Amino acid sequence: MSDVPILLEMRSITKEFPGVKALSDVNLVVRAGEVHAIVGENGAGKSTLMKVLSGVYPYGSYDGDIVYRGEVSRFGDIRASERAGIVIIHQELALIPHMSITENIFLGNEPRKNGAIDWKAANRQALELMARVGLREDPDTLIKDIGVGKQQLVEIAKAFAKNVKLLILDEPTAALNEDDSQHLLDLLRGFRERGITSIIISHKLNEIEAIADRITIIRDGHTIETLDVKGDGVDEDRIVRGMVGRELHSRFPDHEPKIGEVFFEVRDWTVRHPISAERLVAKHSNFVVRRGEIVGFAGLMGAGRTELAMSVFGRSYGVYESGTIYKDGKEIVLKTVADAIANGLAYVSEDRKAIGLNLLDDIKTSTTAAKLSKITHHGVIDEVEEYQAAEAYRQSLRIKTPTVDEGVNKLSGGNQQKVVLAKWMFTDPDLLILDEPTRGIDVGAKYEIYGIIQRLADQGKGVIVISSELPELIGLCDRIYTVSEGTITGEVARQDADPENLMKLMTSTKKMQTR
Amino acid sequence: MSRLKDLQKNLFGGTTSNARQFGMIFTLVAIVVLFQILTDGLTLRSDNLIALFQQNSYILILAIGMLMVIVAGHIDLSVGSIAAFTGIMVAKAMAEWNLPWPVGILFGLAIGALIGAWQGFWVAYIGVPAFIVTLAGMLLFRGGNQFIGNANTVPVPEGFRVIGSGFLPETGPDTGYNNLTLLLGLAAVIAIVWRELKGRRTRKEMNAEPIPMWISILRMVVMVGVIVFVTLRFASGRVGTSFPVSGIILAALVLAYSFYTRNTAGGRHIYAVGGNPRAAELSGVKLKRVNFYVMMNMSVLAALAGMIFVARSAASGPQDGNGWELDAIAAVFIGGAAVTGGIGTISGSIVGGLVMALLNNGLQLMGVGTDRVQIIKGLVLLLAVGLDVYNKRQGRFSIIGSITRSFHRDTPAVPTPSSGAEREPAKTTVAG
Repeated sequence: MSDVPILLEMRSITKEFPGVKALSDVNLVVRAGEVHAIVGENGAGKSTLMKVLSGVYPYGSYDGDIVYRGEVSRFGDIRASERAGIVIIHQELALIPHMSITENIFLGNEPRKNGAIDWKAANRQALELMARVGLREDPDTLIKDIGVGKQQLVEIAKAFAKNVKLLILDEPTAALNEDDSQHLLDLLRGFRERGITSIIISHKLNEIEAIADRITIIRDGHTIETLDVKGDGVDEDRIVRGMVGRELHSRFPDHEPKIGEVFFEVRDWTVRHPISAERLVAKHSNFVVRRGEIVGFAGLMGAGRTELAMSVFGRSYGVYESGTIYKDGKEIVLKTVADAIANGLAYVSEDRKAIGLNLLDDIKTSTTAAKLSKITHHGVIDEVEEYQAAEAYRQSLRIKTPTVDEGVNKLSGGNQQKVVLAKWMFTDPDLLILDEPTRGIDVGAKYEIYGIIQRLADQGKGVIVISSELPELIGLCDRIYTVSEGTITGEVARQDADPENLMKLMTSTKKMQTR
Repeated sequence: MSRLKDLQKNLFGGTTSNARQFGMIFTLVAIVVLFQILTDGLTLRSDNLIALFQQNSYILILAIGMLMVIVAGHIDLSVGSIAAFTGIMVAKAMAEWNLPWPVGILFGLAIGALIGAWQGFWVAYIGVPAFIVTLAGMLLFRGGNQFIGNANTVPVPEGFRVIGSGFLPETGPDTGYNNLTLLLGLAAVIAIVWRELKGRRTRKEMNAEPIPMWISILRMVVMVGVIVFVTLRFASGRVGTSFPVSGIILAALVLAYSFYTRNTAGGRHIYAVGGNPRAAELSGVKLKRVNFYVMMNMSVLAALAGMIFVARSAASGPQDGNGWELDAIAAVFIGGAAVTGGIGTISGSIVGGLVMALLNNGLQLMGVGTDRVQIIKGLVLLLAVGLDVYNKRQGRFSIIGSITRSFHRDTPAVPTPSSGAEREPAKTTVAG
């Protein structure tokens, strides 16, 4: 392998921001035609490294050398690196929703004839590019009308339009479902055969193991090691050890559940779609939660788990059709989120940045935001109590921050998630619904979040965990419901749960027989 | 260097609003000093200061409501027209139905509340953007004013004029000053010292890192100095003049609304709605209700501003309140509010309003015509926001921060790293 030419070498890159050293002495060697993975915990410096490479941080603002195709490169901005064939595709896709596929592919790079855009040529080239990435759509389709998976392909086609030599993908599969992820990985394999080099940044270690030729691990702004997947016998545990710097014996903390009586029950829950009224997003669903129990909701993307949970949580999604909720044997009616909170429900959303947090807030105001009445006396917020409450959660949840006066936008994903958990623990809930509680956070933080969930259950609260990762549900939950097309299709106890039987129920459309 | 860092952190870069306020007052003082020199001392003469307050109190009252509207993520273009409409209604009612003036004021506030409920309904419950609703309102109520008043001027009775052109009366022993103004100044000084001490005690109770003592003292000395100076100026004016009644109304509103926005759940909800409406809703905030009341409150304040203006000019006319909305919006943005909502303070907006007022006044004193005054004001607004946007992008703090830095080139920048994978770009704010 060592005789394969080196396409890119980043030599002892050091990048400092006022007060922090984001990268120190980082080395990266990428060989021509390989798929090179970069892994590391959140905040390890992966994205900063890619920003240095792509010229977001221009030459001169960092120390060290970028040697690309045998020459020291000095990219002044992104356009310079793109001219050299380095294209980065960010996690948040940079597409214009109300423009067509063709318009997006050639945005800023339009083929021209006599000064005007040559749409005929553009459409023809777009079709060629789309064929290369395996996207079968009318090139005039608007971006907003295709799914995230296809949008991702449009981004890659756009990169091809720029004559890409080195394709960088930042968390490409984070928002994709299983099928789309698989398609994307196949595509990367195809590129490798055609000699296109790619760098992939991902948290999904199983994918990395499957696709990457070599893996560079970054921790705290330092290069830890570069592993050869084929040669070194690398597996997920090996990668995790490099990332966290220690062996994680188990991905889940040990836990002895203390399960009590059924205290929360939803019967015949039916909800219509907020816009197209003929669509039912929840269909006659029934489920129960016991005190001290962690209940999982498994389902494929679009199965209606989030919709079901949010509609129960004060009808915050969809239009209520029928169904009843019982808590401690009594029927409760939750027409608003405020009702739900007052009745001891908490919902931690799957998208903490978009709908879970106000990113302008600091940690302490975020912590108290869902139950200000608890620290309000005679109409006045007691700032001392607020600070102390937030401080208590900072310590018990081990939120990494100098003070609770810090803005939540400065925290890493895992720590933001802890703040969201603190916000809902502060409301003293009896039932917590956690929607994808570990999405986009790193291995170490996941372990801590699992511990917090188990502690909450041990306090006698009921916890519902919605997750797309089956191993997570199997490792964490005492009981798992499967959801498909808005209906509960099955119920599996922990000891009987395995990915195969869950998947079978998740793809079934038959409603579970009520016991 | 550590002292300088402390100063930057606690005066200009801190997160507590005490520190932010202080930073803005510093800007204001700089402008005052500039004009004091350029106008050979005319700016700070008693009669000029008094006129300045009387001429601008209604814009500042609008700025209070506008701040809340903008923080909630909306805008209100109709305030000038609502002020004019309320003015003519109140003037007509007092002239034709012989309403006593206190009832007239209540009548005006009720009109404001009704108009506000109308606009709030469209914004909150129908979901029409506030820009459109209030653009419609701007036309609607300007036309309403001219329809009802037949485009004529309607005078208001003597008693009513107090809220616009009245002063604190002369009482007590002859001290050569207006005694009530002196008392007011004394109360303000006590309040400032008490607040600073309470702030220190609160941080101690929280076990938070205390602000260095010398900064607290410096802060108090400067604030108290400004208050004493202003008090003496207001108290030593021409006999019969002193601190204006409209200034007292303004001060009361500033205190009440600052307290509301900072220290109550209702105030927090406005910031939550502006910062992330969906997150606020999922935290139990009643989105529609907040939007409704924010729009309604703005119209009530616009009605009050309109009445104060009518009282000062002794009559209501068809051109009252023209362009006020833009002055109020400019004040809020110069005072540090974010265009996208969620950020801003009442005190900042007041300082922003005073900066604009001083510019107007100072330039007029220098004999600059209104044409050039407008050009200069436009450039100042653009520069103030532009400089701050630029500084935010550089990861620095704001206007003042960058001025001090150019004198101390070896000082490390304020430690607000904009690095890391998980960080969001800061929202754009101005002057603090």
